[in-house]
This record gives sequence, C-alpha cells and structure tokens, in this order.
Amino acid sequence: MRYSAWEVFRNGLTGNKGWKPVWRNPEPKSSYDVVIVGGGGHGLSTAYYLAKNHGIANIAVLEKGYLGGGNVGRNTTIVRANYMLEGNSQFYSHSLKLWENLERELNYNVMLSQRGQILLAHSDGQMDRFARLGNMMRMQGDDAELWGRDEVRAKLPYLNHDTARFPIYGGLMHWRGGTARHDAVAWGYARGADRRGVDLIQNCQVTGFRIEGGQIRGVDTTRGYIAAGKVGMCVAGRSSQVGEMAGLRLPIESHVLQAFVTEGLKPLIPHVVSFGMGHFYISQSDKGGLVFGGDLDGYNSYAQRGNLPMAEHVAEAGMALMPMIGKARMLRSWGGIMDMSMDGSPIIDKTSIDGFFINCGWCYGGFKAVPASGDVFAHLIATGNHHAAANRFLLDRFATGRMIDETGNGATPNLH
Amino acid sequence: MRIDCPLCGCRDSREFHYRGTGKLMERPAADAGAEAFHDYIYMRENPAGVNCELWFHEMGCRAWLLVERDVSSHEFLSVRLAESVTRGKQ
Repeated sequence: MRYSAWEVFRNGLTGNKGWKPVWRNPEPKSSYDVVIVGGGGHGLSTAYYLAKNHGIANIAVLEKGYLGGGNVGRNTTIVRANYMLEGNSQFYSHSLKLWENLERELNYNVMLSQRGQILLAHSDGQMDRFARLGNMMRMQGDDAELWGRDEVRAKLPYLNHDTARFPIYGGLMHWRGGTARHDAVAWGYARGADRRGVDLIQNCQVTGFRIEGGQIRGVDTTRGYIAAGKVGMCVAGRSSQVGEMAGLRLPIESHVLQAFVTEGLKPLIPHVVSFGMGHFYISQSDKGGLVFGGDLDGYNSYAQRGNLPMAEHVAEAGMALMPMIGKARMLRSWGGIMDMSMDGSPIIDKTSIDGFFINCGWCYGGFKAVPASGDVFAHLIATGNHHAAANRFLLDRFATGRMIDETGNGATPNLH
Repeated sequence: MRIDCPLCGCRDSREFHYRGTGKLMERPAADAGAEAFHDYIYMRENPAGVNCELWFHEMGCRAWLLVERDVSSHEFLSVRLAESVTRGKQ
C-alpha cells in the first residue's frame, strides 16, 4: 500500500482495518544473488539501493534478531554533515542530501527535523577552528554559520554563559543538521526493500562463510545453508566476530557508548546542542524527552551497558552547560556497542575474498550515515567500484598511511 | 567496576585509565618490518570474551597493569603488574 493522506482518511472511516503488515516474513531460499548480513539501518538501506538503483531483485537480508533491533534503535538520532577531512566531508554531505529527500523516496515518515545543530566554542582557538571547519563545510556545499558570543546568548539564552568552567565564546550553527526517528528509518528502508522483492529474513544468524578458491560461495546460518553470489557484511558492533568467520582481522575495537533520556517535558531545547569541551550533547525528542549523551566509557566492551562513572560525568557536564535540566528526572540509560576504528572513520571496501564486501567501523557516526552508506555500499557490491562519495574508506588505509583521522588522535580507538 | 590493584588493593575503576590492548606489550623488534608494525599498531583480535588489556593506575600507585577482563560482563579475571610480566621475560 502506498501511504497518503487519502489512506489515512479512508482507514479512519473504515475502522483502520485496511492497514497491512509492511513486509513479508519469508522462508529463506536456497540461493540468492546477494546476501546482506545484518538487518539494521545499513543492511536494510544497502538492500534497498541494490534493488532500486542496480536492478538486483534476488537479495536476502539475514538478521540474527529482529529488524532494526541493534544500533539503529540505540542511538541518539542525530543527523549532520559537519565533517572537515576529505573523504568524510563528501560522504556525509551526500548522506545529508539523501536524508532531505528520504521521506519522498521511501513514502515513509522518518520524521526528519532539520532543527539545526550547534557546536559550542569556549576559547579563541576553538572559534578559529570552527571558522575553518565552517568554511570547509561551505566549500563542500553544506551550510554553516559562525555565531559570536552575543548571537549564542540571544538564541540559546538558557545556557550557562558566564559562570561555567568553560564560558561560551560562540558557536558554529549547522542549520540543516537535526534529528530523525531512528526506528522509522529502519522500517522505511525495510518496507521499501520488501516492496522491491528483497527477502528480509529475521531470526537467522550467520554461523559461517563458505569460501572456495578465494571466492565466496554462501553462508551457513541457523536456518540452513544459503548460497550467495556476493555477500555484504553490515554488522557494526560485531564486525570483528563476523569478519573472523571469513578469516578477516580488522582494525577495530568494540566500545560502549551510553545515552540517556529524561521524562517528557514541554518544548525546551529547539536545537541539537553539542558541548564538546564537556563531553555532552543534547536534543529534545518529539515526545518531549531530553535525549543526551557524552563520550565512550573508554574501555572495550560488548555488554550493551556502561558504568556509572560515565553516567555521572555526562550528568555533570549537562548541569554545567544548562543548569535548568537538573530537575528533570532521568528515565532510562542504555549502551550501544560501537565499532571503533583506528582513525575514527568507517570502512567500506572489498576484501581479499572475491565477492565478500565489508561495511564497518562506524564509530558513533553510523546513524546519520545510513542513507549514504547503503547507497555507496550497494554501488560497490553491484559494480565492484567505489562510489565517488566513499572512495577513501579503504580497509588497507592504515598500511598505506591514508588515514582519515578527524580528531587527530591516532591509533587510540577509545579517544575518537 | 573495581580493579584489584596488586599494590593498592581493590579500588574504583575511575582511579584507572584504560590504555588499550595488552598486545601493545609485544612490540616487534625494530627491524621487524612495516607489516609487523602495522599489525602491532592497528590490527586487533577484539574478542567478545576475555580481553587482555593495559590499565594505568593514574590516581593511585601509577603502575601499569596487565589485566584479563571479560568484555561481555565487565568482570576482571586477573590483574598483574605489567612490569612483573616484562621482568619475567628477561
């Protein structure tokens, strides 16, 4: 069914009996042209663009749990394109453009809200850095406005401007940044892929890869063997384990990143506010909850939960920046497992195995990348060539010295 | 998390600073070649179970610790002084 105002009206009059499940629940076939491992945002968008842009219909997405049950449902839903380095900047710029047309593309409300994202500056040096970043974003074709002290004070009067450990000198506003409904992105791509004939197979864990003569032949799963012409791996958070089944070692560590949400409040914070100096960022969801987080806990983890020291640190930073949130009650906290790569940038590449492609290392930037990641990964799988927007996310860049290290921290995954 | 420092006893993890994989103790010889150093610096086993790692007791005795920890449960399984491991090899 194509969603429209007319369908809402018609179903409203007929007891809402016309709504149907939006994807099938098929049994796996014995073979597919392309198998995508991982039914999260990246896997689903990859399958969607393979079917739509490259005319491949015989595709399966294998998901060990349920669709969208991993990191696409555990993030803080922020969308932005404020990267500086060649390699990253064109990719996230491409992604933001896809976001801006995504609802029309998918006929699905992903609730994209371009409310603006502001990076706060707390020193002259940081203002200089943001002036440079803003110029580079504008040269890339995206938007950025450098705000001085008075402008930030006028537009965000609720911040603690003067008496804080880090007084606010100004900020860099990126108006096209904002938030989207995370689950809806996964569901929209799942529905779009299913409508183009992709089999979305849930509760189907990949247990091994069959490789003959350096060529991928298929995957062993908990629901039997499935032959595959090509396999794409989109399992960020578990890339090292799944990669190991194919004999790959990756430049990745898994770390936990926590996030928090308060009770629903009246409209309070109209933008996404990033307080990098204090390791804190915040936005308000459409339900009214304040959604916020900070840095990684800092040690390797697969536990999907963090520890209290980081929860305390994030709460302290929040109080330092906007004391008014101190009375809000925190409802939940949770942790997501990040593929932290050695330079903080993702990997989208072929491998030493013919027909086996990897998409991993998203650090904590995976959500905003979902549309472009699927687009460029589908391009790579279908054509064998890198998409122009993602031709530097190479697996061997650490050996060749072509790292894309946005923060300049080197091979310290817990600091990116 | 609490870490049982061999010198200071059981202390809150926030006294410690995580310094990465224990593999960093196994530095290749200076003439081992680019591939060995690439492996040493960038590649990781990244297990979902017991991980060998380095912690620095920054707010305590300032010793480097070589720790085995289950990264799926955050349980610490063993803690040794990194120095004692190095001396044991000599």
